[in-house]
Amino acid sequence: MTQPFPFTAIVGQEEMKTALILTAIDPRIGGVLVFGDRGTGKSTAVRGLAALLPKIDVVDGCPVNSATPEDCPDWADVKCSKIVARPTPVVDLPLGATEDRVVGALDIERALTLGEKAFEPGLLARANRGYLYIDEVNLLEDHIIDLLLDVAQTGESLVEREGLSVRHPARFVLVGSGNPEEGELRPQLLDRFGLNVEVSSPTEIRDRIEVVRRRDAYENDTSAFLKRWRAADTKLRKLILSARERLNDVDTPDEALEDCARLCLHIGSDGLRGELTMLKAARALAAFEGEESIGRRHLVAVASPALRHRLRRDPLDETGSGARIDRAVAEVFQ
Amino acid sequence: MKSVDPSSLALVALRLLAVDPGLNGMRLRARSGPTRDRLLSILPDLPLPLPTVRLHPGMTEEQLSGGVDITRSLSAGRLCQSRGLLSAETATYLLPMAERTPRALAARLAAVLDAREESVLIALDEGIDDEALPDCFSERLAFQVMLDDGGGLTDFSPFAIGGDPRSLSTVEVPDETLKSVVGLARQLGILSMRPVLQAVRAARASAALAGRARVEEEDLILATQLVLAPRAMHLPEPEHGPDASTADPAPEEQPEIAKGESVPEDVLLEAISAVLPEEVLARLRQSRPGQGLASGSGSGERMRGNRRGRPLPSRPCRGGQGARIDLVATLRAAAPWQMLRRGQGAVTRHLVQVRPADIRYARHEDRSDRLLVFAVDASGSAAASRLAEAKGAVEYLLAEAYARRDHVALIAYRGDRAEALLPPTRSLVQARRNLAALPGGGTTPLASGLEAALRTALAGRGRGMTPAIVLLAEGRANMPRVGVPDRENAFRDALGVADAIRAKSVETLVVDVSRRPQSQLQDLAVRLSAVYAPLPVSDARRLSRLVADELG
Repeated sequence: MTQPFPFTAIVGQEEMKTALILTAIDPRIGGVLVFGDRGTGKSTAVRGLAALLPKIDVVDGCPVNSATPEDCPDWADVKCSKIVARPTPVVDLPLGATEDRVVGALDIERALTLGEKAFEPGLLARANRGYLYIDEVNLLEDHIIDLLLDVAQTGESLVEREGLSVRHPARFVLVGSGNPEEGELRPQLLDRFGLNVEVSSPTEIRDRIEVVRRRDAYENDTSAFLKRWRAADTKLRKLILSARERLNDVDTPDEALEDCARLCLHIGSDGLRGELTMLKAARALAAFEGEESIGRRHLVAVASPALRHRLRRDPLDETGSGARIDRAVAEVFQ
Repeated sequence: MKSVDPSSLALVALRLLAVDPGLNGMRLRARSGPTRDRLLSILPDLPLPLPTVRLHPGMTEEQLSGGVDITRSLSAGRLCQSRGLLSAETATYLLPMAERTPRALAARLAAVLDAREESVLIALDEGIDDEALPDCFSERLAFQVMLDDGGGLTDFSPFAIGGDPRSLSTVEVPDETLKSVVGLARQLGILSMRPVLQAVRAARASAALAGRARVEEEDLILATQLVLAPRAMHLPEPEHGPDASTADPAPEEQPEIAKGESVPEDVLLEAISAVLPEEVLARLRQSRPGQGLASGSGSGERMRGNRRGRPLPSRPCRGGQGARIDLVATLRAAAPWQMLRRGQGAVTRHLVQVRPADIRYARHEDRSDRLLVFAVDASGSAAASRLAEAKGAVEYLLAEAYARRDHVALIAYRGDRAEALLPPTRSLVQARRNLAALPGGGTTPLASGLEAALRTALAGRGRGMTPAIVLLAEGRANMPRVGVPDRENAFRDALGVADAIRAKSVETLVVDVSRRPQSQLQDLAVRLSAVYAPLPVSDARRLSRLVADELG
């Protein structure tokens, strides 16, 4: 799978695509959790987005993808100071991964042959400045999830084991996907993901035919298909880049803050994480649309993904959490 | 159309996999037997990806992904890595007893299939009744074939039939074909897009195998039979009355279909009837949309513990109370370091130097304890005798509970609310004491009773138990969850709660203890996807046996 399916060629699934784009604009939003049926293009979207993002400058040979030679961690002992452009890293975390593989461990080979204590970085180091993707995140062992969320929040991985004490930056966007029928995530963990989107199979017959048509064209003649979609992908990449530049100039009016607070109070979400995420996501959206300040429209658009997973559960309320947010939005904003 | 021999279908599926390994694989549902053995014996003759690797559902992560080969490292004096079984770039994996695959392994294999186009997996599903492969896994295998015993497979030639095979990319798939596949999948209630894509891909492979330049009707029929039919949730409404039985052996001549036009969907539907066994068809015809979807319950949920159950790979962690050190794993973890540790000039010259970081703790996976929640109608005149039965049944079950590891809770509903008489317990003594005095009489708040049962069940699930609800009901609901007595609202509320129970996949048994079986309770059982058991003349012993049989 060297050439992923183009991100812009994915039919429908606007909420998921928008959420992924927003985290590409502002990684501090803090990860996306995609929950939904099987066969709805969850993994396709993540891989497509990575291919779409611009290359990043890294020091050649640096295990944590540092931007400048000064940033390279001491333990890595990077001699070279050449800067090369690399694609944004997207690291897959396989379900059975051990702690050793995730955080890194003593380099056994060097220990045995040279008798040196050296650190062999794990997946978290490789994902620095990129994406860490976990399919079936709800089936991942709890201790690995705890560890991941902790690192994702602090942006730094601290390894204290086997006589090693090593720290290195690990800033990445955590993307998890899964099918809630196979097991749910603990509410405490849900809350740590910035955005939560729900996807379902397209119901329109026209959309479904289009999905099949595009997929078939892609499988049959990959390079021709990619060429056809290159222009759209490039356009989106430019939009993301310019939104990143504008991000800090977007105004946050007091009304927007008040709207956030009122909405979160109304739905009774725990803590302040809901407001913060909502604000960041709305700002990224405003930047993406080229607006100068956050408007109510942006808040409404990101309310569902930002708050959906922070609702208290009620086993008897059959309405989906998305509908409950929509209702709250309608009540608060009239 | 006459029914199709499943074993020759399986053979065709294998051929298609050889043409396009991107179809990912096949789920072969068959018991071990001569037909399956003969089918598997020709695997080496097919041009499937090499090498052929046999997996097993109980394999550990180390066997799959590789790691340090301790024995070789020690004898060679240098580090030797063992290659994991999943590390090959291309391979044909054979997974016997696939229905036993734990979810973690299934997800791991799914990831391998996603990442490596050229790998094929043949899952030998030997499950009976409800046993099945984890969904995330079976979904990715394009083909599903059910072999029955004694299928007469005559043609075992591994070679292609018909004209010269051509390369996949030269086969044209007309737009009409795509449309008819999408339409058919929708009629069959297949929501996921994956089977649709797989069906198109299979049709293309079939055309390539036969050397056709474009996908035609027979390719599409084949793809439908292999990919879509086994996944059908329901059959579309027949247009000419329900008595047009698909089992009818009189085959009608199909009208010639002009080439290039889309294949009429009824041709494909008939093709489906030809491959599905009779009982499956009957079940599909009965099933309403949305029913039979309640998955994910049943076989008791798994939980982790460190005391008993099937061993899991041990891992380094702090030992809490009662954690047991896995001595062999600890020694294995320490082994590669021995040379190094001696070299560091350790003071003592122990034969084996074990450091705290080496210590591994044993972990086990076990079936979780079960929680039976009894919701008992305590209203009306017959309340006293019915409650006595329920109490008796609870006591019987608890008496056996030690061996079966059941917890029991009892909820009585009467008047305007439900009351938890017995919180989840395994203690017979506590149960006897709590159940001693029970008031009865009043209206029948069925919805409140079910709601309380659901809450207890979910709380139990939160603590790692697998809950099941036993509803002991008589008479009709006449008290809604809130408000004044009202039969209609009361039953509507009860149905609402029933939907919630089903959505949470809590297993339920509805025991009707009224003199004459109630249609209302039957409706409720249907809504709950529950077993309905009328038990007009009952005693505690029969009740407990019923519960053990139905929910056991």
